[in-house]
Amino acid sequence: MRLYDIALVCRSKNAGPFQLTIDLMFEKEEDYLRVLQADNFQPQAIAALYQVPPEYVQIKPFARILTIKVVLPRHASSGSLQDTDVYGSQQHFPLGNLDFPPA
Amino acid sequence: MKREICYLSLCGLLGYGYAPASLTNALKEDLDFIGVDAGSTDPGPYYLGSGSNFVKPLQVKRDLSLVLKPALERKIPLIIGSAGGSGAAPHLEQTLDILRQIAAEQSLSCKVAIIRSDLDRDILRQAVVKDCLQPCGGAPPFDPALIPQLCHPVAQFGTEPIIAALQMQPDVVLAGRCCDTAIFAAYPILHGFPAGLALHAAKIAECGALCARPVGANDSLLVRLRHDSFTVEPPNPSRRCTPDSVAAHSLYEQPDPNCFFEPEGEIDLRQCQFQQSSARAVTVSGSVLHPAVRPTTKLEGALLKGYRSISIAGIRDPAAIANLAEIEQGVREAVQESASFVREGEYTLRFLRYGLDAVCSRRTAPAATLPAEVGLVLEAVAPSQEQADALVALARSKALHQGFTGRKATAGNLAFPFSPSDFQGGPVYEFALYHLLDLPLVCKPELLEIK
Repeated sequence: MRLYDIALVCRSKNAGPFQLTIDLMFEKEEDYLRVLQADNFQPQAIAALYQVPPEYVQIKPFARILTIKVVLPRHASSGSLQDTDVYGSQQHFPLGNLDFPPA
Repeated sequence: MKREICYLSLCGLLGYGYAPASLTNALKEDLDFIGVDAGSTDPGPYYLGSGSNFVKPLQVKRDLSLVLKPALERKIPLIIGSAGGSGAAPHLEQTLDILRQIAAEQSLSCKVAIIRSDLDRDILRQAVVKDCLQPCGGAPPFDPALIPQLCHPVAQFGTEPIIAALQMQPDVVLAGRCCDTAIFAAYPILHGFPAGLALHAAKIAECGALCARPVGANDSLLVRLRHDSFTVEPPNPSRRCTPDSVAAHSLYEQPDPNCFFEPEGEIDLRQCQFQQSSARAVTVSGSVLHPAVRPTTKLEGALLKGYRSISIAGIRDPAAIANLAEIEQGVREAVQESASFVREGEYTLRFLRYGLDAVCSRRTAPAATLPAEVGLVLEAVAPSQEQADALVALARSKALHQGFTGRKATAGNLAFPFSPSDFQGGPVYEFALYHLLDLPLVCKPELLEIK
């Protein structure tokens, strides 16, 4: 099942002009934990997906509201010559395509 | 000492609008002040660089014209932060001009405390020499050679200058670039309320009713701050706050949901409690400030990178869609051959292929099946507008007639929706200064009378 289909909210946005933040909110705690603990959801794997250095990828769980925040560096700063998404609001893919087998 | 402060955040962004009834309802309360954030870096560096506002003057005027008169009549200070979107001198001047227009139209007069945040380039030079400039939020190291070229460098100040402005007892505080939280936390901190709670409340308030459901950056939020907690409630009865909606707001556009940083220090949210205190209100407690050992100030500045021109077209021919890379290559070579009016390396040409890979870039794997249609945005950026116009015109005409493998539609490759097909994008900027300054800055408000 795609991460995009498991999550209740799957969104991306700028966290300042040089970083992106992707929020994943879940309805069920089991989904939240399943994603958080999965091998394909570690900084190394996400860095490879977005082709960014893994040391700059941060995964921040927020258990209170069953949310995982992922912070990534931008390839080009917001609105610069190479940028394609000034607000960063359509960068939740390719992450949304991550596949998780049913529990 | 006051036991409670009650304030209104007019809307998430000045000019985004709010329901007039929200203001009317809020005015039934004994408001200590009304605040509104006008700024954002989200729309990109163009607005700081060019000195213009991404919210149009008519939008700003609408939002201010409803609130100015009742605020003056009731002697409720109105605090506007990051005026004009980016808070540099031209942005501040635009907002001041709108206030003057409203005052003239509604026969009002008021005292405005103005806080300028334009940054002296000598301070930047000193900061470089003393090594007091650190990249913020993933920015690359600062290049000191750029200091003379920076457009509108500003310092994003905290609560201190707004507190100083409030002590002058103005009707309106018009602040240049400042932290969103400073707009709403200055008054409570001035009156001795705990800074941790004041800053957390401010962080939620600055987005208007974005913490409510249904969400609305285009509506107001009422905040009641006490010494041990604060309560948020939308004055619009069609919205409500829930513990989850308010807790979730601390995720928004933030790198960390458990804490955030302001010039005053780190606001720690780990021990926060969110409770439904009435049908539409949520009470928050437990937010703590760990004061900064040395306060820092974030600096922002943009750099002019050239001028943009674009052409927009659609492609339906399946052979053309299958051979876009070949078409692009041919166009690039032809442009390079003909563009004697600009030096190679001084311009950029982009082919944004909507439907294929324009949004998530060509780094991601190509789609297994090709779409029926592709939208093409051809973009040229060059040292002058005239050069960019000529480059895009050249690329567009080459792309229209470019040959490729298996071409059947030999009359033209592009469907232009518009005549003219090309558009000027004007100057292009990028953020070159987005750094923390570890040097004290003095920022003195000035008082101005509007009649």
